[in-house]
Amino acid sequence: MTVSRPAGAETLVETRSPEVTLHMCSDPRFLAGARGLLSSVAEKAGLSATSCAQVALALDEALCNVIRHGYKRRTDAPIWIKLWLLPDSGRGPGMQIVIEDEAPHVEPEQIAGRDLCDIRPGGLGVHIIREVMDFAEYSKRQPVGMRLTLVKYDRPKAGPADPADKTLENPAARAGER
Amino acid sequence: MADQPGLTVRFEQVGKAVVVTPQGEIAYSEAPQFRQWLRKAQDAKPERIVVDLTGIEYMNTPGVATLVEALQMAKKNRYRLILAGLNTNVRSVFEVARLHTVFEIVETKDAALAS
Repeated sequence: MTVSRPAGAETLVETRSPEVTLHMCSDPRFLAGARGLLSSVAEKAGLSATSCAQVALALDEALCNVIRHGYKRRTDAPIWIKLWLLPDSGRGPGMQIVIEDEAPHVEPEQIAGRDLCDIRPGGLGVHIIREVMDFAEYSKRQPVGMRLTLVKYDRPKAGPADPADKTLENPAARAGER
Repeated sequence: MADQPGLTVRFEQVGKAVVVTPQGEIAYSEAPQFRQWLRKAQDAKPERIVVDLTGIEYMNTPGVATLVEALQMAKKNRYRLILAGLNTNVRSVFEVARLHTVFEIVETKDAALAS
């Protein structure tokens, strides 16, 4: 599995506090609020309307997956959302978002979207997250829980698409579809 | 079918078609209710079901999944399922999931009824 991190994204979390931290419980009633908050912050940070909508969609899909697959629809479990604004490095303003939970560990490489040629309900959330964000990486928290790190810049990277940016797909790992 | 706070649904028979018109958003919390409305439309045994999404401001994959289920039922029972009035954000979800070529999608409810 090859993962290319945007420059600076790897150390950013450790070098300064997030601009926004949200601690919410895994109750679906609060999904719209979390989505609205992030979308609003993205707008204030200067991201375009399209990018704001994509950030909100990715967050929503990620939170749905945590509630549905991680917590098995429990509504009282914790979810943390942290957000860092990224400086314009030639791709417009950006954001790094980290979503953490206390759900049971899953092997990150088993978290996969379904084959899009297989038309059936479900298994689309992870695919959408990876498609609309510039970077998406699942990892294990210690001692418990999962972490999803997302990065979105306002403009796509110039030049030919780098397939390594989204190489977390593993369509064969259906057991981990989300 | 009690409405979720984020979603209201209108249901009408137009000739041999059934038109389902949701208003608001179809996300995690609203998808089960929307699925029930689509099943009600299927139970009417129409020649076509038109889902007018003009009033839907936001949809994510739980909402899309209900429509994929409805499409599978439509193919199995040989009637048409037509989606109309998708805004840019809703359409983009279908495009990212590569479902825009699988569904019959038109601009307006009238176009769906006339096609």
